[in-house]
Amino acid sequence: MARTLSMMAAINEALDQEMSRDPTVVVLGEDIVGGTGSPGEDDAWGGAMGVTKGLIHKHPGQLIDTPLSESAYIGAAIGAATCGLRPVAELMFIDFMGVCLDQIFNQAAKFRYMFGGKAETPVVIRATCGAGFRAAAQHSQMLTPIMTHIPGLKVVCPSNAYDTKGLLIQSIRDNDPVIFLEHKNLYDRETDVPEESYAIPFGEANIAREGRDVTIVTYGMMVPYSLEASETLKSEGIDVEVIDLRTLSPIDLDTVFESVEMTGRLVCVDEANPRCSIASDVAAAVAQDAFGSLKGPVAMVTAPHAPVPFSSALEDLYIPSPERIAEAVRRTMGERPS
Amino acid sequence: MNNPFPLSRDGLLTAYRRMRTIREFEERLHVEFAKGDIAGFVHLYAGEEAAGVGIMMHLEDHDRIASTHRGHGHCIAKGVDVRAMMAEIYGKATGSCAGKGGSMHIADLSKGMMGANGILGAGAPLICGAGLAAQKLGHDGVGITFFGDGASNQGTVLESMNLAAIWNLPVIFVVENNGYAESTSVDYAVATDSYVDRAAGFGMPGITVDGTDFFAVYEAAGEVIRRAREGGGPSLLECKMIRFYGHFEGDAQTYRAPGEIEENRAHRDCLKIFTAKILEAGVVETGELARIESEVVDLIDDALESAKAAPLPSAAELTTDVYVSY
Repeated sequence: MARTLSMMAAINEALDQEMSRDPTVVVLGEDIVGGTGSPGEDDAWGGAMGVTKGLIHKHPGQLIDTPLSESAYIGAAIGAATCGLRPVAELMFIDFMGVCLDQIFNQAAKFRYMFGGKAETPVVIRATCGAGFRAAAQHSQMLTPIMTHIPGLKVVCPSNAYDTKGLLIQSIRDNDPVIFLEHKNLYDRETDVPEESYAIPFGEANIAREGRDVTIVTYGMMVPYSLEASETLKSEGIDVEVIDLRTLSPIDLDTVFESVEMTGRLVCVDEANPRCSIASDVAAAVAQDAFGSLKGPVAMVTAPHAPVPFSSALEDLYIPSPERIAEAVRRTMGERPS
Repeated sequence: MNNPFPLSRDGLLTAYRRMRTIREFEERLHVEFAKGDIAGFVHLYAGEEAAGVGIMMHLEDHDRIASTHRGHGHCIAKGVDVRAMMAEIYGKATGSCAGKGGSMHIADLSKGMMGANGILGAGAPLICGAGLAAQKLGHDGVGITFFGDGASNQGTVLESMNLAAIWNLPVIFVVENNGYAESTSVDYAVATDSYVDRAAGFGMPGITVDGTDFFAVYEAAGEVIRRAREGGGPSLLECKMIRFYGHFEGDAQTYRAPGEIEENRAHRDCLKIFTAKILEAGVVETGELARIESEVVDLIDDALESAKAAPLPSAAELTTDVYVSY
């Protein structure tokens, strides 16, 4: 039956279905139930954003509120993953990775390789990411490049509710640690989402819009912005293809190369800071393996090399806008006036 | 024969064999490292055998341990194959981790050994996960995390003690207090004089024992492990022990007092203390211990020879066992 769901509801449904399917799936994090041990309501919050609301009543024993102690509970999720559980740990904001990063990059990411292939660590770490919430420098970052840099981690950053459900189900079933990044500003956006369970394989980019003149490669919140820019450019006679990477590790470069071979023009759009970013990574891969297809220089649209500012006047400048994306596309077409 | 000990004669001989194996393994590594044949960092457990073995005598394969950078003794006490360990330390394809881990990362999950760890204090959160898994999967396994007096100051350890306490996890926090965090004295670096007090701060029982006394460790470990298995929650066990060698092989140990090591080897050698006790009680005979020692020497000889002769990992192994997309 056709119906629409928000990204938040899609996450809730994916967790619900996977906890029903597999009793070893446990969900843990700060306030994911909310009110544990407090005198008022139980299920008071359902997570800081309300994503896990209602799940405790369907799956008692499979959701665990944690203390504000990220090193301990993210590490516990990782340890439990090597001992027969499939934990989904929620890190409220990816910005908090600093206090538990050792457990992620020195422990979870390395076990399989460092132990000679004899360990599996099927853990998912869900975290919100992204700017636009006036949440300032420590609650607004992308940090996708840092996670993507680390061998052994898989990194997912969906752009819509449909992909979110399928990719989260795939993440839970995957036997490697997965960093699953949810953009706050996408949480309320709705798309058609099938009720039945489905998994979307990793490493398959989605062509969000077909076009022949310029290729935009992006992910997360920048997908709807790039689509918006594409609509503006359509009226100017520029036909843009938008590739949504969906998973940053593994990354589907074949789809990128095929598109660039057709268009000859590439714009990399990334909400992360510019240095060593997903944008620069894709640009380097195209320069290395598809240089002959390019008709001109690659353009990049990213946040500036600065922390995320608080003031709306500054934050709106920080985040790549559909207008900046459109300008970059025009540049690759040869300074065509808008 | 009247046996005054809490283990049978066979149990005592098993404990002796394990401690003797660790000692021989580490003493031989000390010699071989000095020859320049072993690459990287090696941290030896010699002198500390009674702690690891005294605790591990209570464990089965479904019980989990999270070890430290000084992990060889824990591995042997938990039943990891000695030949595979030696090959791993030599970086060979036949090693426990196919040569990809080395001395600081030996693991064997089939034996409940979740890994030595190059990051101090990192095992504490992981062992909380092992305890959580035992709780959720409904088995009576316990988790034991080892850390030194140095790593006892890590936030991960302190956070994990709190987490284990509020979730009532079947987890034991073992402080292997050898008096030195690398080169820095415990008296300087640890704010409390008593780890028992620190445990109390997290609402869990704590016990301090003489880690050179196998029987003291065995008895205390038995108590805290039994409590954890029966749902009584976490505990802390501090073993005060002696590190015979430096922090790492090659450490000149100029920070130690003159004569300290010789004095310890003469009077506080846990293996000598153990053998003196069981011989004095007449439960075992010198000949039996000599026979075990000879078998252990043969085993380590064989492990060394086979490790040296084993093939190195092939170039193709560089990118196996990891997700690689380009």
